[in-house]
Amino acid sequence: MKVAYYPGCTLKTAAANFETSAVAGLERLGIELEELPRWNCCGTVYSLASDDLIHQLAPIRNLIRVKEQNCDRLTTLCAMCYNTLKRSNFRFQQDPESLETLNRFMYLENLEYQGDVEVLHPLELLRDEIGFAKISKRVVRPLNGLKVANYYGCMLIRPHEIGLDDPENPVVMEQLTEALGAEPVDFPFKTECCGAYQTVEEVALVVSRAYQILTSAQSWGAEMVAVSCPLCAFNLDQRQREVKREHVGFKRIPVMYFTQLLALAMGLGEEVLRLDLHDTDPRPVLKQRQLL
Amino acid sequence: MRTRISSKEIEKDFVNKVTEISGQNLLVCYQCGKCSAGCPSVSEMDLLPNQVIRFAQLGMEEDLLASNAYWVCASCLTCNVRCPKGVNIAEIMEALRQINLRKNVDHLPMANITQETRAHLPTIALVGHLRKHTA
Repeated sequence: MKVAYYPGCTLKTAAANFETSAVAGLERLGIELEELPRWNCCGTVYSLASDDLIHQLAPIRNLIRVKEQNCDRLTTLCAMCYNTLKRSNFRFQQDPESLETLNRFMYLENLEYQGDVEVLHPLELLRDEIGFAKISKRVVRPLNGLKVANYYGCMLIRPHEIGLDDPENPVVMEQLTEALGAEPVDFPFKTECCGAYQTVEEVALVVSRAYQILTSAQSWGAEMVAVSCPLCAFNLDQRQREVKREHVGFKRIPVMYFTQLLALAMGLGEEVLRLDLHDTDPRPVLKQRQLL
Repeated sequence: MRTRISSKEIEKDFVNKVTEISGQNLLVCYQCGKCSAGCPSVSEMDLLPNQVIRFAQLGMEEDLLASNAYWVCASCLTCNVRCPKGVNIAEIMEALRQINLRKNVDHLPMANITQETRAHLPTIALVGHLRKHTA
């Protein structure tokens, strides 16, 4: 199946490993990601002000691009883009009057947005359209019981009306982990915010969050953390340097995208994984489990 | 320390503004504290989320705007998901940020971010930061 795909800014730069592994891995399961032409920044983070229409232009414009491609579904990997696009869409589906205002403002566009695009995350496609049983059968290189702590962060599961799973106890990533032959490690901080964009100025806050999340995962036996957001990946991986400075006894743990684990299980090679973009090298743990 | 509470403060334009921008009825909050209990950023805040709402209910404009709580908020929405009265605390935090930013003053100007920091951070961190902390 072909699905219109929205990459977002970071998947083309710091998180290229997320994209390359996703495109290759999902293709093995019959999902072809077709990048939207002329996509623009989604304007993350979703504007929480009730009277703010100007910051809704960016996400809705992307949905117009989807309609221009004669598609009615859009998928995106970055949790923050997913949240912004889906929330924005939902907001205007509930409020046709302000959608009309938005369309009138964007009068130079080729069509008016009607609220008829569905925004989906690949985890939803994997769970609801392919199914984990089928994914399991397609596994070429089982992950040999790799102990993976799945970290959801915020944007995939909150608010409840757009979340792809339960906000307090989501399980979709654990189900995928099992299907790939790895061992999911449940831990209490899997939905605890990493600090997100506070990493620019409030580094101490992010360091404190990362330390709590990572040490919790480790105490439950994890040897790897899986994520679905480039900002979470940065805060939990790159920021481990600052964590180590604050907490001398801290032992580093690799952080990978769930699509990289998927690609590995599908038998794909290191070229699609882009392990060069990681700060904490995942290679030792992967080699130990004979996955590389 | 004495704090004066009066109906004059509560009826001020400030309370209306917070209500309007956030789209939330502040009086619905009954101070259960679940938002503060779940907030991952409380360690850096000088006011707890439930205190922020209380101050807003009482029209304590100066104290509230001087707080760092709503700047430290990462919009993670844990508070929203847990509030038993369905109050969107994150929206109230956003309203307080907007009341400042709409005066066209950056809270954390772009100039503060050095070229080195910009090169090191993923784009998404910068975009999110600029959206929430600058005009």
